[in-house]
Amino acid sequence: MIPISWYLILAAALFSIGLFGVLARKNAVAILLGIELMLNAVNINLVTFWRYLEPAKVTGQVFAIIVFAVAAAEVSVGLALIISIYRRRDTVVANDIDLLKW
Amino acid sequence: MTFSFTSSMIMAVLPEILLLLLGIIVLIVDLLLKEEKRRNLGWLTAGGLLTILIVSLLVARPSEAELVWGGMVRYDGMGFFFKMLFIFAAAMTSLFMMDHKALGHRGEAYLLLLASTLGMSLMASASDIIMLYLAIETTSIPLYILAGFMTGDDRSTEAGFKYLLFGALTSTVMLYGLSLLYGFSGGVTNIYEIGELVASGALAPLLVAGVAMLILVGIGFKVSIFPFHFWAPDVYDGSPTPISGFLSTASKAAGFAILLRLFLVAFPQISLSWSLLLAVMATLAMTLGNLVAMAQTNIKRLLAYSSIAHAGYAMIGLVAVSELGTTSTIFYLMAYILTNLAAFGIVAAVSHVTGSDEIKDYSGLSRRSPGLALAMLVAFLSLAGMPPFGGFVAKVFVFAAAMEANLVWLVVVGVLNSIVGVFYYLTVLKYVYLYRMEDEDEEKHPIPLSLSYAIALTVLSIGILLVGTLFAPWFGFSGAAAIALF
Repeated sequence: MIPISWYLILAAALFSIGLFGVLARKNAVAILLGIELMLNAVNINLVTFWRYLEPAKVTGQVFAIIVFAVAAAEVSVGLALIISIYRRRDTVVANDIDLLKW
Repeated sequence: MTFSFTSSMIMAVLPEILLLLLGIIVLIVDLLLKEEKRRNLGWLTAGGLLTILIVSLLVARPSEAELVWGGMVRYDGMGFFFKMLFIFAAAMTSLFMMDHKALGHRGEAYLLLLASTLGMSLMASASDIIMLYLAIETTSIPLYILAGFMTGDDRSTEAGFKYLLFGALTSTVMLYGLSLLYGFSGGVTNIYEIGELVASGALAPLLVAGVAMLILVGIGFKVSIFPFHFWAPDVYDGSPTPISGFLSTASKAAGFAILLRLFLVAFPQISLSWSLLLAVMATLAMTLGNLVAMAQTNIKRLLAYSSIAHAGYAMIGLVAVSELGTTSTIFYLMAYILTNLAAFGIVAAVSHVTGSDEIKDYSGLSRRSPGLALAMLVAFLSLAGMPPFGGFVAKVFVFAAAMEANLVWLVVVGVLNSIVGVFYYLTVLKYVYLYRMEDEDEEKHPIPLSLSYAIALTVLSIGILLVGTLFAPWFGFSGAAAIALF
């Protein structure tokens, strides 16, 4: 069997890539995609721990299912907000969305 | 595994069940009412919430703390106390929403408010990390929509967008921490069981401390403490004002409810590793919040920075890691909810007429609307921590808890910060009471108060005075809630 650490390293790498995407990308949709990557890293973690630690229970699976249900809700609200901004200002570049500061 | 219903299972989530029912009723009535009468949904929501408050107080008071619903929810005094605070805050917010031109006649705005209150209630009693995450998101997602509710307004959409991005990012970092916690504990998700594991040494303290830092990112965002505060001024500024008030009070208190439960129940054994960090965060939040607030010309941004500072004060009680500390934090949050809701309510009432949130446009307010100015005096002096208002007593208790825990330096920082705070709160009151409008014709520009504002502001002002003068029973309730935590 593949050692558990491989999965955890994969998840950590995916999480870091997602975090980098959120911090470095300028496009609002790309930022949301970064957040999705991070959530998927969490899901890999959860399913791995479930499979290796307690395959007889369903806790980890339930947790993972809840995470993607919430992720779907969050992203739909996020896209709706991005669309409402796009309609007003014709841009989805985060740097241009800067009316509110100091 | 057998599964059986007990009455305490229903009682534990009775407020949530009733909130959901009220939400459904609001939706149905929204369909039946004509557009111009939909404002009355505010009365329905507020009345329904007060009914829920009374019914819960009468029948759903917990006696013994008990884990129900498979350990997802803990039926205890602390969760119950916070639930009552949130429901009260939501009732006041719905009264403030009625006259808002974008929110008042929209049934879905009230529904979102109720959904978010439901999430907060679950946050207050969640005792499992799965439930905790779900409750936080149930609270946040409706608030993202409410913050960006005015789709025709550039500032509101931007506020909603920023709130969503920061919220989603921080809650994901927290979730990563929770997934690691689930793995390290070997599949245990219950906060109380995790606490036992940490206490027995089955979990390496260093790992737990690392996980606690990740979780702190998500909760720090909810309570808007330094360094996770930077969203607050923008979001409070751009959101519809009643929603800013709700965000800065109930949402923040819900974050504290989780912070208290998680850190005092699951991680008390490693408190040495986080209490100093939290103390530093509280110090920086107070200092930064107060100093930047002095430079603000917009009252909503001023209140936003002041709310960052207040998160710092409330955090002092947690840093003390004691029963008195927990009690004082809960008491502080209660006084703060009353005070800041009143402050944002006044801002909403003024901007409804003047259309401006600039502090200079508050000149001559005492002549334009003496009642509003009086409420503002009460709220701002309470925020500044003046006797005989709630904010003063709350600060005294928080500082007392810190003294008891030998955190003299933190008390000194807190007191110095309070003095800075007095300066900018009084500056606003100077505009209200001493300055006059440009051509000194305040009589021609009265600020009429609708019944809903008048009721809500009266209730809140009386509440601030009650908590500040007859504080013993309130302190007793907070103490009972704090004891029920353990």
